[in-house]
Amino acid sequence: MSVLTNITLKVWRQDGPDGQGRFESHQVPEISEEASLLEMLDIVNERLVEEGREAIVFDHDCREGICGTCSLMIDGQAHGPTKGAATCQVHMRVFSSGDEIVLEPWRADGFPLVKDLMVDRSAFDRIVEAGGFITSPTGGAPDANLIPIPKPVSDASMDAAACIGCGACVAACPNGAASLFTSAKLAHLNLLPQGQSEREKRTEAMVEMMDDHFGSCTNHGECESACPKEISIDNIALMNSDYLTSKFKNRKKLAR
Amino acid sequence: MAQTLSRGPVSGTAVKSSAKKKSFLLDLYGTAVGKKYVMAITGLIGIGFVLTHMIGNLKLYIGVVNEGGELIYDADYYGEWLRDLLVPFFPRTVFLWLLRSVLIVALIGHLHAAYTLSVLNRRARPVKYQSARDYQVANFASRSMRWTGIVVLLFLLWHLADFTWGWVNPDFVRGAVQRNVVASLDRIPVAALYIVANIALGIHLFHGTWSLFQSMGWNNPRFNRWRRGLATGVATLIVVGNVSFPAAVLVGVIEFDPDAVTCCLEGHSE
Repeated sequence: MSVLTNITLKVWRQDGPDGQGRFESHQVPEISEEASLLEMLDIVNERLVEEGREAIVFDHDCREGICGTCSLMIDGQAHGPTKGAATCQVHMRVFSSGDEIVLEPWRADGFPLVKDLMVDRSAFDRIVEAGGFITSPTGGAPDANLIPIPKPVSDASMDAAACIGCGACVAACPNGAASLFTSAKLAHLNLLPQGQSEREKRTEAMVEMMDDHFGSCTNHGECESACPKEISIDNIALMNSDYLTSKFKNRKKLAR
Repeated sequence: MAQTLSRGPVSGTAVKSSAKKKSFLLDLYGTAVGKKYVMAITGLIGIGFVLTHMIGNLKLYIGVVNEGGELIYDADYYGEWLRDLLVPFFPRTVFLWLLRSVLIVALIGHLHAAYTLSVLNRRARPVKYQSARDYQVANFASRSMRWTGIVVLLFLLWHLADFTWGWVNPDFVRGAVQRNVVASLDRIPVAALYIVANIALGIHLFHGTWSLFQSMGWNNPRFNRWRRGLATGVATLIVVGNVSFPAAVLVGVIEFDPDAVTCCLEGHSE
């Protein structure tokens, strides 16, 4: 097991939402390359607490890349240099001894900073509340496979449903747009038979809620590259065409 | 753009009725997605224009032709044909003005959408990243759309002042296309300006042509892999074609000789 030495951490510290932030440097003399980046932060934090200083605040939960809680701009890349991985899946072996690692929070108007590296992503909840669900009668559990769905359709829907809502798309976007998130949530339901009856209302409501918090898509493709679930920007094109339909369609003739 | 620090109760529903009483087109244009449709449609009109404009300009290479016994530069003859489009259904130049008005409206729409979207995007990230960003796939073209757009807009004004109004043309005769082009592009700084502006246009189109497919929702696995190639093709065609004109005037491939023609040296009025 080899060990990295002389890592310099440059971490964004900010006392609160309205505080003035600054970068703070921390030395990590020795760290196993098997450690994850967040484990390294834990070690730094333990040392800080022992010294009677305040620990670095950062978001984390499952630490296996499925919950979407962790969020860090690592060396100018959302979720760091590892492709298709969340911050918690970034390991120290991708760095070298003597490296300087810069950690910054997501920056977007829709993601107000809470403290240090932690931001409030509840704007995403607002978008999902606006239409990211289906309405169905309750009752006994329906039989499995009651509704036939072609395999390519369920695959495409599942690919979109893989979104964990971490906000890396917004963070990576030069415009601070949430198009990849919103379009993934839309495609997840809009592609399936269960999502059809509310398809237009859902698209209209979610796109307009997105507009209240985030910027606009200019098709850079940075979101797709930053996404830990590698969700495709094809979903954004689907959202755009569904949004136009939602404005044009005569909803009395839904079945047409 | 609300700052959402507090987590309120679940309030939104998919059946929320729209409070807006605007007509649906204004309603559509009110959102970023709608504005991107305007960007894409007006951009498509612009691509159609620059392509036909470039093809029309290729007539500068044909030189003198014999039209009904009169010797005339083919570019001048083509200009006349544009004014005579759909005559006698429309009076002379009316259909040309209809086409021009489509272009003017498209330009205004493109500029307004670009401006309002830029403002929206600036507001979407009031505090910039304090460390250097490391972009993965955003290319120079996509990152510089605003700047290449402004260069093309300023060039458009110069271009109109040069060949339509004649304000900056040293030897302007209205309607004498070949004469005006050679008179203007024979000056090396002006030729350089045309070359630089058309390269900016090509960079703009390289991203724009690809981007409009996404904005219009034209996404299909059957043709997706052609989109980048099409954008490269359109941009290359425009740049190579348009850069060739100032270059050809400078090296003397395109020239103007008043003695070679028997017709219409005094030009034409609208």
